[in-house]
Amino acid sequence: MTPLLSVRNLRVAFPTRSGLFEAVRGVSFELGRERLGVVGESGSGKTMTGRAILGLVRPPGRVDADRMALSGESILNLPERRMRRLRGARISMVMQDPKFSLNPVMTVGRQIVEGYRLHTGVSRAQARDKALEMLAAVQIRDPERVFHAYPHEVSGGMGQRIMIAMMLAPDPEILIADEPTSALDVSVRNEVLRILDRLVRERGMGLIFISHDLNLVAQFCDRVLIMYAGRVVEELPARDLHAARHPYTQGLLNSLPRLDRPVERLAVLQRQAGWRDAPPEGAA
Amino acid sequence: MLTVEDLDVWFGHPPERVDAVKSASFAVRPGESFGLVGESGSGKSTILRAIAGLVDSWSGRIEVAGEAVAGRRRSRGFHKTVQMVFQDPYASLHPRHSVDRVLSETLRLQGMDRIDARIARLLDQVGLGQGFRFRYPHQLSGGQRQRVAIARALAAEPRLLLLDEPTSALDVSVQAEILNLLADIRAERRLSYVLVSHDLAVVAHMCDRLAVMRAGRIVEEMDAASLRAGAAQGDYARALIAASAGYVRES
Amino acid sequence: MTRTTRAWLLSDAPQTRRQARLGALYQGWLTFRANRLAMVGLAILVLLVLVAGFAPWIAPQNPYAQNLAQRLQPPSAQHWLGTDALGRDILSRLIFGSRITLFIVGTVALIAPVIGLFVGTVAGFAGGWVDQVLMRITDIFLAFPKLILALAFVAALGPGIGNAVLALAITSWPPYARLARAETLTIRRADYIAAARLQGAGPLRLLIGHVWPLCVSSLIVRVALDMAGIILSAAGLGFLGLGAQPPMPEWGAMISDGRSYILDFWWVAAMPGLAIFVVSLAFNLLGDGLRDVLDPRGGRE
Repeated sequence: MTPLLSVRNLRVAFPTRSGLFEAVRGVSFELGRERLGVVGESGSGKTMTGRAILGLVRPPGRVDADRMALSGESILNLPERRMRRLRGARISMVMQDPKFSLNPVMTVGRQIVEGYRLHTGVSRAQARDKALEMLAAVQIRDPERVFHAYPHEVSGGMGQRIMIAMMLAPDPEILIADEPTSALDVSVRNEVLRILDRLVRERGMGLIFISHDLNLVAQFCDRVLIMYAGRVVEELPARDLHAARHPYTQGLLNSLPRLDRPVERLAVLQRQAGWRDAPPEGAA
Repeated sequence: MLTVEDLDVWFGHPPERVDAVKSASFAVRPGESFGLVGESGSGKSTILRAIAGLVDSWSGRIEVAGEAVAGRRRSRGFHKTVQMVFQDPYASLHPRHSVDRVLSETLRLQGMDRIDARIARLLDQVGLGQGFRFRYPHQLSGGQRQRVAIARALAAEPRLLLLDEPTSALDVSVQAEILNLLADIRAERRLSYVLVSHDLAVVAHMCDRLAVMRAGRIVEEMDAASLRAGAAQGDYARALIAASAGYVRES
Repeated sequence: MTRTTRAWLLSDAPQTRRQARLGALYQGWLTFRANRLAMVGLAILVLLVLVAGFAPWIAPQNPYAQNLAQRLQPPSAQHWLGTDALGRDILSRLIFGSRITLFIVGTVALIAPVIGLFVGTVAGFAGGWVDQVLMRITDIFLAFPKLILALAFVAALGPGIGNAVLALAITSWPPYARLARAETLTIRRADYIAAARLQGAGPLRLLIGHVWPLCVSSLIVRVALDMAGIILSAAGLGFLGLGAQPPMPEWGAMISDGRSYILDFWWVAAMPGLAIFVVSLAFNLLGDGLRDVLDPRGGRE
């Protein structure tokens, strides 16, 4: 069976004054109908990987890969017009802060309706019904009221739920969520995750969940890629994350303070130059 | 070291007045590390700002080292006793001032002598070293900036450090380094800390006691051991601890 | 430049204060140099300064020498840009006129932004009634068209180049004050200001040491972009006979002299017009380049 998304040797580079800066250096993975976590620290290239898949790397950045295919069909460096048709309809993205992703001068309902009509071409009334249905699906108690609200009138957690409703309305095959809950408080976070979890499962979508939070990814995802300096250093099932073999993954896990395991001093990650170039474990 | 009694902090005027902190009271003993936890908007950072004198609309009583403070005015002695480290190391350093300028200006303001030697010592103490002395903020990583901010706070040789989410903008591996540094400094200089954080694990690691805040009120005070044991009295604190444990998948 | 000097300048870990300063300057220069048009602007302005500095040696003839036999001659080998109604060599007058232009530009650029910076930052930083009073004064100045206000000042002070410049300077500060105030309002809430306050820094130190350095860069950009307007205003005053007085070779006054012959003897008005155009353009190009360097929020992405 062809995977939903297949990426081989993805590279993203930006020219700078001191030479070429390689943000992503040969990332390969396949995504099925599953929840794939991508974890790494800032600068590890995890966000750039997501943007490259969506064709959102702005010039002078360059994207290059041996293969980048959506259900078997190449989407590498498609012209912007064709990419726009794909984006939203077949691959969607939820970003960190809904405050920056929602248009502040348009009601929530109108944004969902317009986004949905753009991709499906249905009538306004149908789109409206769909929007209300989606708002109900992300467990907003009073969809009618929220439909007519402006983004500043809703809370952060509600905003992120609205984003999810908007992104999932056209039934994409793949959802890329870039730190979707980092700006939220813990109690709200779990609620948003539960909604995301259920929707993705019910619709049989592929989810790429980009996050810096190892524990969260371990609990939420099926499979995890750990990125370091633009490469995948380790790939493993999420439930085995705590038995990770790569020293970088272990180091990250150990550096976290934990409620259930008091330590006198936190372990400090000792970075090794070799990690930059080591091939991903299991790939060789 | 620090006593806060019946503190109210508000912003704006009626009818738009927002009460950010409502009758909060707590005390920090000398050498103690005290945590303030809560979700965003619970007023935990506002308490620090009121203590530091960065907010003028407050009432109640704030006493630092036995001396009461009022309004926004703070004495010279206050600045030598209390210092603060801010949340976002990208916003707390002046973009046009080099590390050297930041530290030397601070030392001069505090009336210190032998500036050069002191800068060298401060940089060593926060684990940066001499090589960083003439760098500008854009030549530093987030963790390095936070170290500079800590050095700036230490320059006055204070006895109480107010830490406003000092690691929430940093990567976890850098967070570990900064938390270790803060712990070392506290042990070495016998400082008292007030640490504000939304991360219960960080607070449990760093603090002896903590207060849980919700919507401007302190709803519960407990020690770190009870936090770890999940032995909270109130419903809210218990729910917060449960939520922090992470996400549980529906099967 | 050798490789090592370059590396030394671009180092991310400067070892001395001097290296850090020079490095920052060199970075700025590299950014500026990447903007070709800005380099053109800079070249024109450097040329203007040189021409003004060496005017007596460069000018082919005496700019004041009248020769009625040679009046209104078209451009030729003898008079490259022709002669005016009194037979004076236009090229020589333009060359000497560059001194006046530089004087106007320099003086206004020294006075207006400084007043603006002071008023704007004090208003923004102090807030309350100080802000109200200073900003209402600014509003009053802004309520009049600049040239009309300058006309009123010159009328009161008496015509002459010095008074014209003064009038221009005191009428062009309000936009700078507004800009500086807006910047100050965002800066004053920043954590680094709060941190400096916690060290016991007083308002004066915060204003001069912390707020000014951040406001100055956007003001410099704005001044460079406004210079074209200043030159035109000065030329306008000259044209109306309220600025430079005859026989001074001020460019605006020269256009004014030429206007009665503009249909038959176009070069008399066109040549100084062209000079004003080129210099104004150069300042605009320079301003764009400076924005890349000093105000990274704007141009670069």
